[in-house]
Amino acid sequence: MDPKGKKRKMAEHDDRVYYNGFISGVCVRLGQSRAVRRYSDLVGEEQGPTPGDSEENRLIPNPALTELPFPNLPASQEGLDGAPPLSPFEEICDEEALQIVALPPLPPSAPSLRDYVDQSETLSTLVHLGVDLSKLQARRGVGSLLLRLGLKDLQDRLLFLRDLGLQEPQLGPLLTHNPFILTETLHNLRARVLYLQSKRFRLEDVGSMVSRAPYLLSFSVQRLDNRLGFYQRLLQLSPHKTRDIVTRLPRLLCGSLEPVKENLKVCELELGFRPNEIQHIVTTIPKLLTANKKRLTETFNYVHNTMGISHALIVKFPSSLLCIRERHLFLRYLGKAQYDPALPGYLPLDRLVSLPDREFCCQLASASLQDFELFQKTL
Amino acid sequence: MGSRAVWMFRGLEGLFAVYKPPGVHWKLIRDGIETNLLKGLNSAPPLEPRKQIAFLPEIREGSDGSTELTLTATRLPILANHPLVTGPQFKKLHVGVGHRLDAFSSGVLVLGVGQGNKMLADLCNSQTTRDYTVEGEFGLATEDFSHTGRLVERTTYDHITQDDLERVLGMIQGSNQKALITYSNIDLSSQQAYELAVKGSLYPHGKSPPILTGLRCLSFKPPYFTLEMQCVNETQRVLRRVVHEVGLELRSTAVCTGVRRTRDGPFSLQAALTHKHWSFPEITEAIRQSQFSWRKRTPKEPQPQNKNTEKVRMKRKGAAGQD
Repeated sequence: MDPKGKKRKMAEHDDRVYYNGFISGVCVRLGQSRAVRRYSDLVGEEQGPTPGDSEENRLIPNPALTELPFPNLPASQEGLDGAPPLSPFEEICDEEALQIVALPPLPPSAPSLRDYVDQSETLSTLVHLGVDLSKLQARRGVGSLLLRLGLKDLQDRLLFLRDLGLQEPQLGPLLTHNPFILTETLHNLRARVLYLQSKRFRLEDVGSMVSRAPYLLSFSVQRLDNRLGFYQRLLQLSPHKTRDIVTRLPRLLCGSLEPVKENLKVCELELGFRPNEIQHIVTTIPKLLTANKKRLTETFNYVHNTMGISHALIVKFPSSLLCIRERHLFLRYLGKAQYDPALPGYLPLDRLVSLPDREFCCQLASASLQDFELFQKTL
Repeated sequence: MGSRAVWMFRGLEGLFAVYKPPGVHWKLIRDGIETNLLKGLNSAPPLEPRKQIAFLPEIREGSDGSTELTLTATRLPILANHPLVTGPQFKKLHVGVGHRLDAFSSGVLVLGVGQGNKMLADLCNSQTTRDYTVEGEFGLATEDFSHTGRLVERTTYDHITQDDLERVLGMIQGSNQKALITYSNIDLSSQQAYELAVKGSLYPHGKSPPILTGLRCLSFKPPYFTLEMQCVNETQRVLRRVVHEVGLELRSTAVCTGVRRTRDGPFSLQAALTHKHWSFPEITEAIRQSQFSWRKRTPKEPQPQNKNTEKVRMKRKGAAGQD
């Protein structure tokens, strides 16, 4: 009765995977001649010759078994192209009868893709590629999408992605993130790649961008153009630099633009950087554009007000806007926190941030890793 | 279900301690550790896939030109049981948190995995105290007693000496000692109460308000000072309030600049894992260590305490009978 319950019911309904009888991906492998009969038949044959002896193990088909009645035939066979509709009264020879595979009929709807995986060539190809079907089927409509997908379509898309320079281990995670790339037409995909190339992105860059931001190729050319223009206009960057930051952080193109605008305003008004300084910071660390606004102000507050680092020094080492609190406190405890290049005992901020723990301890703090860990336990 | 992941999970059930950094909510830590553990468990090699029997037909040309049909029985792996299709084996892990630490404070936080949650309940019910190091600053007063809260008042603190501070601490500890005896449900004039008090093993019986069983000053450098406390049934807010009250008793005000738990029951600072070490193998190792020390510890302790509680109960029964 209540709208909530209704909605939940609908959602459950949508989660199910539908199989409409016509699935080109579901392929009864006639050529590869894999035959599974009903369980009772299997049992009957198992009792015959004892398994174990190799040559004698060949089972002679029982004509009564091979000429199984037709109702056992899956409905999907009718949908296969090339297979002529068989009439129940037609005489067939043994060889033909052997080719008939009597699979149990596929369920018309199922809670998961599990029921279809073994009989669908497309799905098994995807599994072998490393696509996580259990994650995909949880998304609305994706299960049915994959079932409707033909093997040919899949191959075309995969070849296209291979042409972009994507390696096989990258394809699985990519398709797990964005299965909708399989429903785009090849024409569209090519147009988008061509557009990016016309903006002088190199082909291998496009490939790595696609693997890091899987939704990139789902965006229309118009939208990609808008977004590239947005970054170029907002940051007043040269085309070369725009290309650079987009190549380094392709999720800028796929994510929402509103937080980026907000972050820029925060940098300008709240943190008090000048436009050219912001430009420099962003081209060095594009990640700051998608950082959490609150986190950004907190870190800046700590770096500027507590550690006493000036704007100019932050602009020189923008990575100091990433988290450095623990290391600074450790250095201060050791009496080595001196970040002014004009004074003796100067420690460069970028090394403070970028070095891994072990190197930080021995090179900058000249202490052991155990000391640093013990210090962390006193915070 | 004999897979390696299950075997690994069995080794994971138990208690371990992490070092919670200040400014992070405990829930975030719990969730992060759960994800790490799940990742570790699910990366274990899966079971060998189940096979199904298939009969492959084969057509062979006989020597005399006739064709011969044969069926070969083979075993083919079933894809339906592939981990990518069925999803990861462990989707959820029961990770429980012992006595909580609020976002402001830092220190040892005990976590339990799987069956370890029962031990976590045992730990809470066992008569153990927790150690805290609390840092304070004189001269300020804020709404929530911490240095980050809204400032209410500024005061002078030049007149405070270490003797004053220790006198006040002794006074607070005295009143807490009195509360401890009240809530331990033991007749104050009995021999048993004397013996327990001498051993220092008095413990509140059942529910009680927060009680400080020990309090001393670690350092005093005005305006900063550090206190060490052992407490029962406390929250971190109560400890900050103690700092505030110390300030008021000294005719000044004080705010708390840090609360750090250095021990939670048997888990000390040495055993706590810092956030770089919250990975699967290191947590497994920590759990193994804690189980080892737990086994060594348990047979000794409960005997005297059980006796005490029994005696108390008997006494109460006797009292009820007289009534």
